[in-house]
Amino acid sequence: MTSTQPLIRMKNITKKFPGVIANDKINLDLYPGQIHALLGENGSGKSTLMSILTGLYLPTEGSIEIDGQETKIESPSDAIAHGIGMVHQHFKLINTFTVAENIALSQSHGSFLLKEDEIAAEIGKFGEKYGLYVDPKAFIWQLSVGEKQRVEILRMLYHDSKILILDEPTAVLTPQETRELFINLRRMADDGCAVVFISHKMNEVLELADQVTVLRGGVVTGSIGKAEMERHKLIKMMIGRDVLNAYEKSDARIGDVVLEIKDVSAYNDMHVKGLKDISFNVREGEIYGIAGVSGNGQKELAEVIAGLRTAMLGSIKFHGEEIANMHPDELIARGISLVPEDRLGMGMVPNLDAVDNVILKGYDSPKYGKGHFIDKKAAIAATKAIVEEFNIKMSSIFQPVKLMSGGNIQKLLLGREINNNPRLMVVLYPVRGLDIGAIEEVHKLLLELRSKGTSIILISEDLDELAQLADRVGVIFDGKILGEFPVSEMDTEKIGALMAGVTDMGGAQHENQN
Amino acid sequence: MKIRIEKSLAPKRSSQIIVPILATVLSLFFCALFFVATGRDPLDVYSAMFGGALGSGYGVSETLVKTIPLALCGLGVAIAFRMQLWNIGAEGQFYMGAVAATWVPLHFPDLPAFVMLPAMMVAGAIGGGLWGLLAGWLKAKWLVSELISTLMMNYIAILWANYLVYGAWKDPNGHNFPLSAPFPKAALLPTFGDTRVHFGIVFVVILAVILYFIFKKSKWGYKTMVIGSNATAARYIGIDIKKQILLVMFISGAIAGFAGMVEVSGIVGKLQPGISPGYGYTAIIVAWLGRLHPAAIIVVAFLFAIIQVGGFMIQTMGIPSATATMLQGAILFFVVGSEILTNYELKIADKEETKHE
Repeated sequence: MTSTQPLIRMKNITKKFPGVIANDKINLDLYPGQIHALLGENGSGKSTLMSILTGLYLPTEGSIEIDGQETKIESPSDAIAHGIGMVHQHFKLINTFTVAENIALSQSHGSFLLKEDEIAAEIGKFGEKYGLYVDPKAFIWQLSVGEKQRVEILRMLYHDSKILILDEPTAVLTPQETRELFINLRRMADDGCAVVFISHKMNEVLELADQVTVLRGGVVTGSIGKAEMERHKLIKMMIGRDVLNAYEKSDARIGDVVLEIKDVSAYNDMHVKGLKDISFNVREGEIYGIAGVSGNGQKELAEVIAGLRTAMLGSIKFHGEEIANMHPDELIARGISLVPEDRLGMGMVPNLDAVDNVILKGYDSPKYGKGHFIDKKAAIAATKAIVEEFNIKMSSIFQPVKLMSGGNIQKLLLGREINNNPRLMVVLYPVRGLDIGAIEEVHKLLLELRSKGTSIILISEDLDELAQLADRVGVIFDGKILGEFPVSEMDTEKIGALMAGVTDMGGAQHENQN
Repeated sequence: MKIRIEKSLAPKRSSQIIVPILATVLSLFFCALFFVATGRDPLDVYSAMFGGALGSGYGVSETLVKTIPLALCGLGVAIAFRMQLWNIGAEGQFYMGAVAATWVPLHFPDLPAFVMLPAMMVAGAIGGGLWGLLAGWLKAKWLVSELISTLMMNYIAILWANYLVYGAWKDPNGHNFPLSAPFPKAALLPTFGDTRVHFGIVFVVILAVILYFIFKKSKWGYKTMVIGSNATAARYIGIDIKKQILLVMFISGAIAGFAGMVEVSGIVGKLQPGISPGYGYTAIIVAWLGRLHPAAIIVVAFLFAIIQVGGFMIQTMGIPSATATMLQGAILFFVVGSEILTNYELKIADKEETKHE
């Protein structure tokens, strides 16, 4: 299928930001029928390069050829008109619009009136073809992260894009869904599309890509075809060293049950029961992993424990005390910490600097100033200590945190929470979107915290992550824990089946009633 | 040659100060075109304006007199704006404060000054505060947009004041003019020397200093800033947002109400229609152009007072005083328009340059 004429040729692309060279003389050729993986740590320049191709940024230098013609892509609508579509890691969707409205929004030949039914039918067609089911009339804010991604992919397909760019598409998918996505991406490539696949995950790249280009610090460190692809070669190109993938896990000093959740039910944002009589307990110094496809009650569970969502029924006991429906600050005072999925949207204030974000939790306590005033010196000292202890890289602690890279944002967030000595930490998807180096650091932080006796509820979709970190794993499906086992008895096949709602292999499947 | 606009990730602090100043200068040039078009020398007009507002003792005193309500109302709305509460009801809160303050001397005319004035201040603040709180309560309880409710409540407050001076509070000895009885001497704020500049200017400075410390150093200021920047994060750390909406709307309204008291007590000496030529509305622009910084708000309030007084002065040249409104509008337009330059970078590059690099 591969032809000799590239669909896209990016030549000598350089992009400078104030003080940073994000891309330095990068060349990239994309051929029809080819799946091209872009591999690199966070901050290596992959997203910038793709933002240039999709018209979000203009290159400082360099040129782009489409079908051999030098073309200027000056806006996202130019890119869409040239058949370039992208699914961003941070979704570009309007929360208060419906799925159909979001898809219609960027339509280049859109009619004056919104033909919602036609769009809905079209979406249904693509959904059937690729197994991407979303209710076209649902509002974006009602959807889980996984569903939002489906909308993004549908939007790209709806626009007949020839160049399909996916930034970390599998981060929000189950193994089954990932497999389906890969089949579909291959199908799209066979239809003559050029697929660009941005990833950190070596396995996926090895499985899927025809060609890999590796970026590090804004430059291309290598580009190799399928035949030469080898894991250690790619890792070396990516980070310049080999990574240890196994952690030393200290022998557990697991104590008594500290958190008892019993028959808890709660509504989700769509006013449908998101938690249905869920029950489990967590011991002291234990990492309790919760596996499951996102949208099965994970967010609701975390929010109920942190006091951000009302539990309609059931009881939550923490160290023997009933804490269900307590106010969030009472729970924070009891040492319950939530590390949210949406780090900048919930856990941080993006426009404020690191100092103001470090004191976000505990600004009211005497350690950041007695009385009514904030002790700025104490706040700066605490920030510096966290930055040093957790090896956080940033140009200045007085710069808005939104300018930091994803890994450093997460480390700052975790550093702040750990610094408050939590007794129970609920962590959602802690390494989503992070690079290999940062993943390793975050995992080590969680293990250290465990060895100090803190109980951790680790909500993740990555089974490898759960296997490496958790002591026990429960599988959540449709607002309930369907099965629970010690990590030693963890079996990917079994968990995969439970994640899909199958309780006994070959038996009946639970219907997801959403 | 090609001009490109790119978003810059971190706006520079220096450009945040320089760009608005350049924009203000540019708006003066822009309005100069109108003067030229109507056959006047813009230099003459501007020198008459600024000369009139600053060139004489009378001019300066009038400028300061107008600075006081503009700065007070600007500081009041800034508190709400910091929390992204769009209180555009300073005008109505100003009137409610004036009404509440007037109630004191009308009903207790014999109080001594040291009781009368503080009582009027408290009454003015409570009057404006409750008017703001009402909008805040609607917002906290039923998510009613404060933008709409505060705007509409302005008309109610203005008409309520009119109702009183045309009816219940009309001075029986006032030849049927819609005026309340003049305040007793004890109800008038002291002035500086022979000028009309009254004690209110001291309150402006005190309030700005207090707000500076609240905004920059206090836990409460931090808390309201977090709510304004990211309400989800505020909820996440357990801040009771509804309570803060009520509190902030009360305080914001109270300051505008206090401004109303200062105006009737320091300048007018009675309640009458039209005590504010739109101070509460201009204050929105003042707070915005001052980027919600207390000191900057005073500076911008002073600038706008110059324009208003200057606009009054140039009427002797046969130029309508509405020129002041045009100039204010132009400044807002250029400053808001220039924000693209603080958040974005302008790059001018021609092909030659690209090759050289």
